Amino acid sequence: MVDEAPRTEACRQAPPDSSDDHPLLPLVARGLHFGINGRTIIKDVSFWIGSSGRTVILGPNGAGKSVMLRLCHGLLNPTSGEIRWGDLSVAQAREQQAMAAQHPVLLRRTATGNLMHVLRVKGVPQEQRHDMVEAALHQAGLEGLGSRAARTLSGGQQQRLAIARACVLRPEVLLLDEPTANLDPAAVRGVEELVRAVAAAGTKILMTTHDIAQARRLATDVMFLNDGRLLEHAPAAEFFASPKDPAAARFLAGELLD
Amino acid sequence: MIDRPSDSNDNKLFPRGFVKRLVALLIGVMLAALAASDEPRPITVASTTSTQNSGLFESLLPKFTAETGIEVRVVAVGTGQAIRLATNGDADVLLVHHLASERKFVADGLGLARHPVMHNDFVLVGPGDDPAGIRGITEVTTALRRIGDGEHVFVSRGDDSGTHKKELELWRAAAFDPRPASGAWYRESGSGMGTTLNTASAMGGYTLTDRASWVSFGNKGGLQPLVEGDTRMHNPYSVIVVNPERHPHVHAVEAQAFADWLISERGQRVIAAYRVDGQQLFFPDAAATSGRAGAD
Amino acid sequence: MQGGWSRKRGRFLRMNEFSSAIVAALSMIVTLDEGLVEIVLLSLQVSLGAVTIASVIALPLGAVIALQSFPGRRGVVILLNALMGLPPVVVGLVVYLLLSRAGPLGPMGLLFTPAAMIIAQSIIVLPIIAALSRQTIADLHEEYDEHLRSLGCTPMQSVATLLWDGRFRLLTAIMAGFGRAIAEVGAVIIVGGNIQHATRVMTTTIALETSKGNLALALGLGLILVTLALGVNATALVISDAARRRYG
Repeated sequence: MVDEAPRTEACRQAPPDSSDDHPLLPLVARGLHFGINGRTIIKDVSFWIGSSGRTVILGPNGAGKSVMLRLCHGLLNPTSGEIRWGDLSVAQAREQQAMAAQHPVLLRRTATGNLMHVLRVKGVPQEQRHDMVEAALHQAGLEGLGSRAARTLSGGQQQRLAIARACVLRPEVLLLDEPTANLDPAAVRGVEELVRAVAAAGTKILMTTHDIAQARRLATDVMFLNDGRLLEHAPAAEFFASPKDPAAARFLAGELLD
Repeated sequence: MIDRPSDSNDNKLFPRGFVKRLVALLIGVMLAALAASDEPRPITVASTTSTQNSGLFESLLPKFTAETGIEVRVVAVGTGQAIRLATNGDADVLLVHHLASERKFVADGLGLARHPVMHNDFVLVGPGDDPAGIRGITEVTTALRRIGDGEHVFVSRGDDSGTHKKELELWRAAAFDPRPASGAWYRESGSGMGTTLNTASAMGGYTLTDRASWVSFGNKGGLQPLVEGDTRMHNPYSVIVVNPERHPHVHAVEAQAFADWLISERGQRVIAAYRVDGQQLFFPDAAATSGRAGAD
Repeated sequence: MQGGWSRKRGRFLRMNEFSSAIVAALSMIVTLDEGLVEIVLLSLQVSLGAVTIASVIALPLGAVIALQSFPGRRGVVILLNALMGLPPVVVGLVVYLLLSRAGPLGPMGLLFTPAAMIIAQSIIVLPIIAALSRQTIADLHEEYDEHLRSLGCTPMQSVATLLWDGRFRLLTAIMAGFGRAIAEVGAVIIVGGNIQHATRVMTTTIALETSKGNLALALGLGLILVTLALGVNATALVISDAARRRYG
């Protein structure tokens, strides 16, 4: 496949075959386009992600990060191009993934109720549910808050609940869309700790953010997106030390990109 | 990932077949209710607002039911509509007060023979100050002409009831047609006697009413009886059983029992005994004959 | 009303009509007047029955219209909202024509029975509940859609989730339907016939007592009816308010 878009380092190598210990990886995208109402939001994006760990999609607002994430999760279908998670199509892979959105979508129930809902939908046997709910609450640091109405929790607590809810069935991949966008620093810390814990337990993290500092803190590899194009994809240390793409460099320097 | 065991009713909104079973249950209940039983079946009597509003049925029916075990359900509408109900087979018995309509009903084969039950009279009522000056006039037609010529407010039933038909007959006899003035001084209320009286009372207008409704009416206001006693204001009621050959579903046996009871000595005595404010409202008409309501 | 009340034809001064009404209402309630209890119970039976039947159809119907796209859906939504203004008396007339012995459903013998009244009121109330249910489900769907799709919910699971999460708004819709039903007089008087001890409810009794000129009694009954209807609406408001504060 030939195109004029800048090629990233990692893409020059061929992606490995899907590994046995991570059935969904590598995530391979080729020539993704996404447009709506005449506007192209994602322009000819190709990449592959092979390592488990915490991949951060970084870029300014409006770069198309959220759309990119939803394409990977299968909530949106690309106008052209293809995505595969290992041997699976996006639709098949979604069963082993979970996503938490920027504004947590919590049901109008208690925290426990939100967790129970997932377990019921996925068909978890009755006997197992209670323990899994307790474990999830514990993991999110929400012990004792199970019977609180989910929407009355603080912003940070809500986001942690949403993430714990996403992880209650130990998905292979956790996708996060700007998870701390509206939170105060203490809440941000809480969420980031949770994300690290989840990743440490073996879940692949795919996360978007426009916050450079957060990316530095969390990322093991970075995909830099601007104006719908994937401009750079590199391990975190490399990317932050010396970004190869000029727009990425300007972004890291704190400039506003147009 | 955990396998997903089959989720039978956990998230189902309505178990399959729920709606079908519900409908079957409803139909079953209705059929059971309709099934013939040994108990006497109830009857539907289509009657007039005047008999209902006077409270006659509240005196009459409990006694009849106590003696026969037959439940009586009265639908009180104007005579015209009562006859339509009986024509459609929605009632088992008619108790109305317009001779010509009754005769036609029987002649059309819709009812078995009619039998007179009781009578009272009509009264022309109006405002106490009587702007048309009709108080005490003996000829009702003269009174109506005075009202018409003076264009005084007159409230008509306007609902094809027995009272309405009588009113129109009286206007015809008076050689005066009020209908061109409808909406001006001639107000057609299109409703029962009580509502019409309410309207006349509020407007300070004249109206024709049967005596039973008049005596038992609780909101007379300034209205007073002004013209009465003219023989043309005679108001007879008859009972007619709906013809079961036309409508096989009517509860003919019970309906006949009701008609017979009304014209029996017992029924006639109960009718005569009914009083409001000490006044007798209905006068028995079947005194001469006892037994089946079969004569005309 | 039996014997005593219908004969109480004292001379009520206009000014005292309202106080007479309040006295009439209170004494009927306090003595648990037999006639009153019978009428109130029948009113509740008819209106609750109608609301139940209507809800069973309308809640899922609203959900389906909200969630399933089909050609002409926009028109259906507009029609559904328009049907909220269906004139009850017209519904009564149509049901009467259907149930009359001369009509198609005549053999069922339903005319002039409480069943006929329930049928008529169900028809009147159904569009209200369906339209409000559709609105509720549509709003929730917009909010929850991505999350439910991410979870991989089946359509049935989605509908169940939305209905349960919308339970307070839906309850309010049902109570709105009940309020409409219990206050309705045009349809029930046509299909029910206002038969004493059989199909006489609060609204038709008020109409009848008014036509008899027993205005104080009618007003007293009216006060009871207003209290009942207002009570239901106030409860609905309190519930939805509390729910919103608690669950968001």
